Amino acid sequence: MGKTISEKIIGNKAGVNAEAGQIVEANVDYVMVNDVTGLPAFEQFEKLPKSTKPLREKIVLIPDHYVPNKDVASAEQAKRMRDFAKKYEIENYFEVGRGGVCHQLMIEKGFVAPGRLIVGADSHTCSYGALGAFSTGIGSTEAAAVMAIGKLWLKVPDSIKITVNGKLDNYVYGKDIILHVIGDIGVEGALYQTMEYYGNTIENLTLSDRISISNMAIEAGGKAGIIPPDDKVFEYLQNRVRGSYNPVYSDNDAYYIEELEYDAVDIPPTVAKPFLPSNTAPASEVDVKIDQAYLGSCTNGRIEDLRIAAEILKGRKINSEVRMLVVPATKEIFNQALKEGLIDIFEKADCFVSGPTCGACLGGYMGILADGEKCVATTNRNFIGRMGHKNSEVYLANPAVVAASALEGRIVDPREVL
Amino acid sequence: MEEILEGRAIKFGDNVDTDQIIPAEFLVTGDPKELAKNAFIKVRPEFKNIVRDGDIIVAGRNFGCGSSREHAPRALMGAGISCVIAKSFARIFFRNSINLGLTLIECDVRANEGDELIVDLKGGTIKNKRSSEVFEFKPLPAFLIKIVEKGGLMEYVKEVLNEKNSHNAR
Repeated sequence: MGKTISEKIIGNKAGVNAEAGQIVEANVDYVMVNDVTGLPAFEQFEKLPKSTKPLREKIVLIPDHYVPNKDVASAEQAKRMRDFAKKYEIENYFEVGRGGVCHQLMIEKGFVAPGRLIVGADSHTCSYGALGAFSTGIGSTEAAAVMAIGKLWLKVPDSIKITVNGKLDNYVYGKDIILHVIGDIGVEGALYQTMEYYGNTIENLTLSDRISISNMAIEAGGKAGIIPPDDKVFEYLQNRVRGSYNPVYSDNDAYYIEELEYDAVDIPPTVAKPFLPSNTAPASEVDVKIDQAYLGSCTNGRIEDLRIAAEILKGRKINSEVRMLVVPATKEIFNQALKEGLIDIFEKADCFVSGPTCGACLGGYMGILADGEKCVATTNRNFIGRMGHKNSEVYLANPAVVAASALEGRIVDPREVL
Repeated sequence: MEEILEGRAIKFGDNVDTDQIIPAEFLVTGDPKELAKNAFIKVRPEFKNIVRDGDIIVAGRNFGCGSSREHAPRALMGAGISCVIAKSFARIFFRNSINLGLTLIECDVRANEGDELIVDLKGGTIKNKRSSEVFEFKPLPAFLIKIVEKGGLMEYVKEVLNEKNSHNAR
């Protein structure tokens, strides 16, 4: 029987003939931690024999959750990462003002490539599957283990084959596809499994939209979300990728534990209502007045997302009772947005434009919600208290829905108002 | 690793996510006792007052879903929770717990809040003292039992480094 992408990549890195269900020890290409997950990892690493040196070239350190630091505690936490980088001469450390949101930065800085095995102490590490890597979230203790010995135990996952065919309507993007799938299979629907994506809809998506899809594999309980790499990926990586790579593809006779098919015409601009990413509904059926609109995050904080929103907001002002936060995911994206005049559009529309940070996405700071407040956001989670008070609400959506809703003051389907 | 655990059941439903277990604003320390003070603070603020050392969490499906924050099992360990029994676990929470030495058992157990449970880890059974019902569960794969028995992943890493060093010394 043939093998899936996951079986092949993990098998390559473990030096074994890997089959779904096995537990193997695999060599890891890169391990990444952020300012929140780094602290426990460094503490664990420092408990090892003093002579232990971390594998510098495999380690990427990215402060993004509470940066610029929100209080003394988070400043001390970030300092631990800075000190660790200095002590062990770890080059891949991206200081505030030179970096951004960890997953977008990993992709931009060329660490991600087809066929690689990358782990990160952050659940949205699955994002890199959009470039054909096997990437998955892990904990801080095991990140420390990888820093020390460069390998990790992994259970080889089963894979689900998801095929989407047809043409997406206006204002429908990768975010809607993944929300639609999660709404269908639930927050456990892909538990422990790799979600693989096929079909002409997927092939026609921008790399940015593919990243949104891979990013939210974890919200269905998925271990990874992989899209077979094609020219869009290879072109993106030219002059950007570090080292060389070999794309890996599933065999035609690979075994999939489940196969799902969707028609793009059935996917409208979609919203995930509180308090689960699977609680989806068409945006046109959600009648909710909003207090805040949030455009950013590793899910949808790229230049393509900013362009979509800017196109809608150009020459207009958001509703007087709405705060809209625009948070480009990285310095590169912020600068690109400046160059293209997008920041000007957002400013004139009465948005608050921030430097790169995870910010309010996880309820850190930079846009926390009060009791009873509601936010429509391009982020990835809407659990109770996710963005602030336990009685606040987060509605997940694509950038066009967020922008259009900010104009109207309530959640809307962009096709109905634009 | 203790072979028999006895404790009171504290019950939770399905999809208990990591934002519930330990909200983001408290992720500024790795100290389990500090984290425990804010465990479930938004959804069940009385938790820190009712929880006792040795208590056992009994939950529904997909326990620990959401973030990779290792602070979640740490907060539970800091609160004195001896093990978590759930119908199913989210995978990163599962990994983190194994790697830290928090016992997890996948089992569909019938218990009310406060029921005394007796867990036989080697035998693979859970007994509810009040109802006298006994439930069976599949033990962890051997590789993972090894990690928990050694006291967590870092102990395993120390062994690997030792082997490497003694090999190089030869």
